[in-house]
Amino acid sequence: MLPLVYLAIVVVGEPSDARDAVWSREALELMLRSVGLAAAVTETAVAVAVAIAWLTVRTDLRGRRTWAVLCALPLVIPSYIGAYLMVSALGPSGLVQDALGVGSLPSIYGFAGAWLVLSAFTFPYVLLPVQSVLRGLDPQLEDAARGLGRSPRQVFVSVVLPQLVPAIAAGALLVALYVLSDFGAVSILQFDSFTRVIYTTYRSSFEREGAAALACLLVAVTLLVLWLEGRTRRRTRAYHRIAPGAQRRPAVVPLGRWRLPALALVGGVVLLALVLPVGVLGYWATKSVAADIDWGLVASAAGGSLLAAALAAAVAAAAALPVALLAARHPSRASTVLERFSFAGHALPGIVVALALVFLGTRAWPALYQTLAMLVLAYVVLFLPQAIGSIRASLLQIDPHVEEAARSLGRSPLAVLRTITAPLARSGVLAGAALVFLTAVKELPATLLLAPIGFETLATEIWRLTSASFFERGAVPSLVLLAVSAVPLALLTFRAHFDQ
Amino acid sequence: MSAIRSIAVHKHFGGCRAVDGVTLDVEEGEVCALLGPSGCGKTTMLRLLAGFERPDSGCLMVGGEIVAGGKTFVSPERRRIGMVFQDYALFPHMTVEANVAYALGRRAEGAAARVREVLELVGLGDLGSRQPHELSGGQQQRVALARALAGTPKVVLLDEPFSGLDAALRARVRQEVRAILLAAGVTALFVTHDQEEALSLADRVAVMRDGRVEQVGTPEEVYGRPASRWVAEFLGEADVLPGTVDDGWVDCELARVRAEGVGSGDAEVLVRPESVSLSLGPAAGGRTQVEGVVVEREFFGHDQLVHVELPSGRRLRSRSLSHPVWHPGDRVRVQLDGPVSVYAAASPA
Repeated sequence: MLPLVYLAIVVVGEPSDARDAVWSREALELMLRSVGLAAAVTETAVAVAVAIAWLTVRTDLRGRRTWAVLCALPLVIPSYIGAYLMVSALGPSGLVQDALGVGSLPSIYGFAGAWLVLSAFTFPYVLLPVQSVLRGLDPQLEDAARGLGRSPRQVFVSVVLPQLVPAIAAGALLVALYVLSDFGAVSILQFDSFTRVIYTTYRSSFEREGAAALACLLVAVTLLVLWLEGRTRRRTRAYHRIAPGAQRRPAVVPLGRWRLPALALVGGVVLLALVLPVGVLGYWATKSVAADIDWGLVASAAGGSLLAAALAAAVAAAAALPVALLAARHPSRASTVLERFSFAGHALPGIVVALALVFLGTRAWPALYQTLAMLVLAYVVLFLPQAIGSIRASLLQIDPHVEEAARSLGRSPLAVLRTITAPLARSGVLAGAALVFLTAVKELPATLLLAPIGFETLATEIWRLTSASFFERGAVPSLVLLAVSAVPLALLTFRAHFDQ
Repeated sequence: MSAIRSIAVHKHFGGCRAVDGVTLDVEEGEVCALLGPSGCGKTTMLRLLAGFERPDSGCLMVGGEIVAGGKTFVSPERRRIGMVFQDYALFPHMTVEANVAYALGRRAEGAAARVREVLELVGLGDLGSRQPHELSGGQQQRVALARALAGTPKVVLLDEPFSGLDAALRARVRQEVRAILLAAGVTALFVTHDQEEALSLADRVAVMRDGRVEQVGTPEEVYGRPASRWVAEFLGEADVLPGTVDDGWVDCELARVRAEGVGSGDAEVLVRPESVSLSLGPAAGGRTQVEGVVVEREFFGHDQLVHVELPSGRRLRSRSLSHPVWHPGDRVRVQLDGPVSVYAAASPA
């Protein structure tokens, strides 16, 4: 929260330039462009995700469980890697063009490309919650509506869809925030959204105040999105399962002559969002391994990524424990406010936090500027909420009576924390740390702005190579990055199975 | 000396007065039940004693020492009170032995011997290396009890100790727990909403309602001479007959009985079903008798509950062994065959 306040102070402190930047015609266009992209991507993601969710949960689509898993996988591909692969495949003199032997394809750059890439890699954010709600819906409600004389289509619109709205809204919020804060994809696809312009303003000139002003504007847009989502949530909160009794499995809808179109839709999405990027990556990787490649550089970048992400994971977990403890055990107004504040980081685009820390570093804490500590701090500010959420969930599963029992057996509160609470919350703490690690490893804009000179990570390395169109050389670091993030991901999935 | 003493203790949560002036003494070595319907404040009372809540006013003493009152507040870990939670609250990441040993601290001398001793006491001597989730509900409960007893506490508090067990197991475990508590010679206060549990397990019963103690006494006293109509009806089945008190006697539809301590005027006579007997022939001893009609019969196997309608149209229940078999429509003689309670008519329900 502190960085944000500081950013606002910078903007207010530099009246003329900064205000000009905010109230200019360019700024207005910029805002429209960013919001337009976010809206378009969100709509596409919702439409695709709801369709796929229904197909994979409720119909006799062949291999629907496999499709469900495949459709969730694009989540692990960072948007900048996705964008780089798309460009190298579909761009001018890209792989597809070469393979087809056609003169030119529609341009991948700009709005269309950004929309395509971001939609392809964000729709799982909607798919996963909608799928899980769809699985839990009470089929008797639908039977009742059918019994009251409604057609299957009417039932879907009047009974099923309203119950999906909260899940759709939650997923759509994630997508919208993702698009607004995404930096990698829009930059590679040369679409001038907020994050890209903030970055170029910051890099190309010394008028950092202009970048700060734009960052503030971006935060305002983000807050607006959050506010809108909060309003819809308030209106649609009251859907709970009210039917008692054991749950019956819903009937499977036979697709009939729609089987092929359905298969084509799901297959097409998987092809675009998963098969194509992974295939292209593999292709580049085999080519680049054959060519000479600077393994030392890859190794040092991987080392940098691991170090920074591991530090961030450890610090975030340590910082999250007391906050989560306070929020879970002593719910009061103060603890709620504290928790909300730490969640602000969740909605803040990485570039904004990074920029704020640059200002703090150059003006207030020069000792920290250009150090690894500053980068870790940025990661912690950005990803603390993930750690808090995970730890809080595991704390809420601990029966408070267990802690009270320990107290009445003669142990002080601190001893209870050490011998009872911490061991029981361990899996939650580990999961929180793994999540932070996963996201920190992939983080790009804050890393670009805050990494000390000479400190390379996989993300900055991929960025450097691909923005210079060295597509071949970017492949190996990308593969390493995916491999590195697969470890905590596997840990998390494994744990979810173990807990069940 | 009282092992537990509570003097005018108050505790409210928001606008709700959970404990509203409770004064109660529990003697050393006694098993005392705190009985009341859900929401009457009995669990709050237990948590106040254990030190998980702070009283708003009043004074709590354990073993002759003030643990809460005025400026004094002794934290839970210093009170030497063993607590058995409703859900047992066993540490899921420790073995049975480690759970019990936790009560003894890390540096305790002879900890292993003490753990063995209490586990033997609760009959789980050979299950020490199990994890809590590998035990049945009844065994988990005994581990919780062993853990509470291990540190030789002054007092053991039990919160709804049998509610997690199924009905068949409950009756047996109840007597086992009583035997364990007596063998340990410890003062115990337990909370329950089940009158049968309170009456069968406790030396004394304190009946709570709306944050207050309505009556304290032996199980026989609170059941046989309830202090109010509410207590009478909470503790068991009872029917009410209107009557008139005159000079220490009350006249009601069934009989004329002694009514001590009730002023002249309208009164209510509370009759328990087991005090009403039914017969076909003329009653012996020339006691007052009334003819009624059987309207309903509930059969429970070893006994039966027969509903009879009296000439006035009032209904009365009679509990008897399963013979003779009565049928709806049978005309029977109804007579009073046991103690009744008499209250002035204004007694609140």
